[in-house]
This record gives sequence, structure tokens and C-alpha cells, in this order.
Amino acid sequence: MMSRFRHLISIEELSKGDVEYILSKADEFEDIAKKSFSDILKGKLLGNLFFEPSTRTRMSFETAMKRLGGEVINLNTAEISSIAKGETLADTIRVVSGYVDTIVIRHPKEGSAKLAAEFSEVPVINGGDGAGQHPTQTLLDLYTIWKEGDINDIRIALVGDLKYSRTVHSLIKALSLFNAEIYLVSPEALRLPIQFREELGNNVVEVDSLEDIIGEINVIYVTRIQKERFPDLDEYHRVAGSYRITRKMLENGEENLIVMHPLPRVDEISPEVDATAHAMYFKQAFYGVPVRMAILSEVMGYG
Amino acid sequence: MDKGLLIQKIKDGTVIDHIPPGKALFVLKILGIDENTREIVSFAMNVPSSKIGIKDIVKVENRVIGEEELNKIALIGRDVTINIVQNYDVVKKFKVKLPSEVIGVVKCPNPSCISNTSEPVSYRFVVVDGRLKCHYCGKIISKDVEKWIVKEDVKREKIK
Repeated sequence: MMSRFRHLISIEELSKGDVEYILSKADEFEDIAKKSFSDILKGKLLGNLFFEPSTRTRMSFETAMKRLGGEVINLNTAEISSIAKGETLADTIRVVSGYVDTIVIRHPKEGSAKLAAEFSEVPVINGGDGAGQHPTQTLLDLYTIWKEGDINDIRIALVGDLKYSRTVHSLIKALSLFNAEIYLVSPEALRLPIQFREELGNNVVEVDSLEDIIGEINVIYVTRIQKERFPDLDEYHRVAGSYRITRKMLENGEENLIVMHPLPRVDEISPEVDATAHAMYFKQAFYGVPVRMAILSEVMGYG
Repeated sequence: MDKGLLIQKIKDGTVIDHIPPGKALFVLKILGIDENTREIVSFAMNVPSSKIGIKDIVKVENRVIGEEELNKIALIGRDVTINIVQNYDVVKKFKVKLPSEVIGVVKCPNPSCISNTSEPVSYRFVVVDGRLKCHYCGKIISKDVEKWIVKEDVKREKIK
């Protein structure tokens, strides 16, 4: 069967139809993702090339591949630094694409996945390229909203570091396909860059405090505010504290309000939220498996 | 002032006219004109122009520069006109047009972009709404494009 796309490099390359197709495909795979197995990718080999560590993304791809009956080889950071001294990414990709059926690449340089796709004999999936793209994260975020919320009525607050968060930037591009209403809640220094504001047009409102709009929204997407972004530690603690999601805050929200986070979290969400029905972040992490199953089967032509 | 006093008419070659004032040096850089160039090249800066007020002008003798190469000059000015001269006559005249892709001329301003490493690829931009967007990292150059024009030796090293 023909694949809808050969590589998955950026969320922008997907049409709304492609996204919806992946989401419904992931839904079909969910039962297998829950501790079962299939053999649709039996005899296929996935190469995980992680030039920087990302345990969650790597394990999630590995789980997805194995639950579909495929095998995985990993090239980890330590191996890369010892065997590939001075070798270009282009050469590494040319070699590895001779071994495997699909490559997942995680690399610190922006545009690295795009370059890899140009030199690869086999499909390349971007598992995160520096501050650039992380399309499988975006698809699993959308899947979470699709499953647990209402994709046709997204009223979402993006909270925290909106300036540097790659996850937020990719999600914004995807949300623009779904006519979402977006509220931006961030400290002054971590506001959304103007180029993303432009893309959103009129469907976006910047607000000072989450409490002001908590009754208007049905999704809260929280990102980590990193210490390194602040000149001093006191300022960091003051700012981070004021963007923390608490159980009390959620009492004023809609009953079906969901709280998402790409994880790992530090202090952004109080642990007391975990036990509420609003907490969706662990389920969101699990959804990475069926979504990546859908993507792997698609690029290998078993969609 | 008669601009003929500044630069003589050429017999054969390429005249690049209506360059925005002060940008002639960037035109030379785009065309790869440097100390290795053997043709006669003359240029004038801040010349009065009836069309755009003040302009720069570049004349390259005995060389007909290809249209594709000349179109790269549109990066620094959309009003630049080209005159191809043969035996003192203008045999072809056209306005430069920004190509849909710009390869190897401009460096990506994003220091974290994969194209700024030793990978065997050229700098590559697609033109979107008149602005350059890096093919690799997606970085958009919205102003001061000339700041990112690469030196000829860098260009040669990158394009393999």
C-alpha cells in the first residue's frame, strides 16, 4: 500500500487529512499498544539514532516497533561519539540506511532530520532536531486532545515558556489546522515569538493569569520554565511559582478540563493534581506509543 | 551630472543598473567577483538616477553573466536592471527576478542550523512571500539579507 508520506520531518508537511488519518490509525492500534502484540512489521528493522539522550522518545519508539512485531537497533550517544569521530551525519545516514528499514533520528542541530532524509535510502522520522521540530510529540499531543477532549472545539491555554518551547511552537502550527481558540499565559520574558503570533491571526489572546480564563478553556498545556532562562534564582522561583497549576485553581475550571504536559515536569504541576480527572499527562505519554505505531506502519507502507 | 563621466560605455559585457545605493559591493560578492577575477570590472556608487534618486552601477566587460546568476542580485534590490551589451548596443534588457530557490549564496543566520556544519550540502533557501526561508531549519531572513551573503571561498568549499 502507498504511504501518505515517506518521511516525517515536520508537522507543517502534513495536511489536516494526514493528521486525522494518523489519529484514527493510532486509535486502531491502541489495543495493541496496551500490552499486546501484532506482526504487521515482522521482519522489519528500525534504527534509533539518538545523537543526544531522550529516554522517553527512544523507549516509546522502541515499544511501538516491538509491539508491531519489528526489531530495533539503537545507536546511542556513547557509541556515536566513539565510532563516528569526525564523520558527517550524511555519511552515518548513508551507512545506517543500508542496515535498517526506517530511521528515527534525534539530533541537536536544527534541520538535521531534513538533511538525513536527503541522504537516506529508507524513511526518516524526526525524533526532535534541537530547537526545531518534534512532529511525533505534536501528533501525540493532538491525539490526546482528540481522545480526551473535543478536537472541533479546542479552547486551549498554553502556559509557561512559550518563547523557547519547541513543543509549543509545533503544537501551535498544528492547532491552526483545527481552528482552535488559543490563550497564551507566560512571563514577560518568555512570550511567544512574533512569527508564531502572526501565524495564529485572530484566534489568539494573551492573558496575564490563568485564573482569569480558567472557566473559558477545556485544555491547559503546561511547559517547563527553565532556570537557565533567568538572570537570578530568586526571579526564577518567583516566576515559576506564579505559573504553577494547583488543585485549587482547577476547581474553577470545566468538569472536562484536561491538563497536559510533555514531561518531564518539575514544579509546574502540583502532585495533588495527579489524582484528579483533569490530569492527562501520564496518559498523554502512553499515547506516544499508539501514535508512533501509526507513524511507523505508515512510513513502512503497512498503513 | 552625466553618468558617462563616471564610467565609460562598454563594448561587450554586462551592465547591472539601478542597484540600491551603497550595495554595489554586495553585487560583486554575489557574482563572485574578487581578486581572482580577470575581466575589467568598473563600478560607481551613489550616482544620481532619474528613476530611483541615487543608485549604484556595476559593469563587467567581455563577460555575459547567466540570467540565473544575475537573478540572485534580486536579493539586494528588486529594481535592479540588467543590460547585456554587444558592440556598444544593448541586445537584452531585463529586470532581475528573485528565483524560487536560492542555493549557495546566503548563509543561514541560525548558528544551530545543520547547514552551518561540515555536512556536504549547500546553503539552501526557499523564497516564501519574498522572504528567504532556510530549507533545513526553517529560519526566515526578513531583513539585511546582504549581511548573510557568503564569501566566494566559503561558497566553493560548501558546494561539492
